[in-house]
Amino acid sequence: MDAQTVLFYVFSTITVLSALRVISARNPVHSALFLVLAFCSAACIWMMLAAEFLAITLVLVYVGAVMVLFLFVVMMLDINLDKMREGFWQNLPVALIVGAVVVAELALVIWSRFNQPLPPANSPSGSPGNTQLLGEALYTDYIYPVEIAAVILLVAIIAAIALTLRRRKDSRYNDPSAAVRTRREDRVRLVSMPAERRPGASGDQAAEGSDSAGATPPRQG
Amino acid sequence: MTLTLAHYLTLGAILFAISIVGIFMNRRNVIIVLMAIELMLLAVNLNFIAFSHFMGDMAGQVFVFFILTVAAAESAIGLAILVVLFRNLRSIDVEDLGSMKG
Repeated sequence: MDAQTVLFYVFSTITVLSALRVISARNPVHSALFLVLAFCSAACIWMMLAAEFLAITLVLVYVGAVMVLFLFVVMMLDINLDKMREGFWQNLPVALIVGAVVVAELALVIWSRFNQPLPPANSPSGSPGNTQLLGEALYTDYIYPVEIAAVILLVAIIAAIALTLRRRKDSRYNDPSAAVRTRREDRVRLVSMPAERRPGASGDQAAEGSDSAGATPPRQG
Repeated sequence: MTLTLAHYLTLGAILFAISIVGIFMNRRNVIIVLMAIELMLLAVNLNFIAFSHFMGDMAGQVFVFFILTVAAAESAIGLAILVVLFRNLRSIDVEDLGSMKG
């Protein structure tokens, strides 16, 4: 048993155990944290398979962004945990049967076909690294799928914002289209009326002399 | 005993089966179901990378790249739907989603 085999068994044991805790943990926060552990040890396995760029991407994108998003949502929602666990053990027999059958079928196919020690296609020394190879493949042969993936991410951004955007009723908004469409007639109305006498022009100047100086005439309309 | 392709494929199969069991058992909790889907995609990606390594073809890793992209978009939209759902129903129980009587 060489060192790589030992490392593979260590990492795969950690991955499987944390995956089991993901689906069996009582608290969703614990599930999310164990999912982070599963992703990290899976990234180590990918690193052993000489996929360095994707391993780092898994840690950065998944653990760094997606799992933090999961944790945000889990902590934001107020979940009744006991109600969620109803029927948990009731589904166990069916789930175990289905899972065991899936593993048995796949293992049967895999071990009858792929157990010859295929030589790992080791790149000869001096060849470009994994990241450069992946980049060359992505930006030449797969440039159209890359653009489609960019559009998918844009759709995801817009959809997530559009779904969760909520207009608060207690804050005031300006409506730009209504402001642009406003004409002068909506705001100002010219009225024709006989001229009024200025207050204080007659005899009672002594009574309201103090406040007629600063008072504006009553606005019409 | 050297590592063969079958070791990695079996690990992927076990992870896939664990997530199937998780979806069955946590049928009421949408968050755990989403996490189990992420685990399932991880198992598929592991298969892709193992084949890409042992066959010496770069296309498998390119596919993993696109799967990661789509999975990130999927979880973002799924969590947004979950937040809207919780805002409207005050619950994320799948059993409470029967208003369409489907």
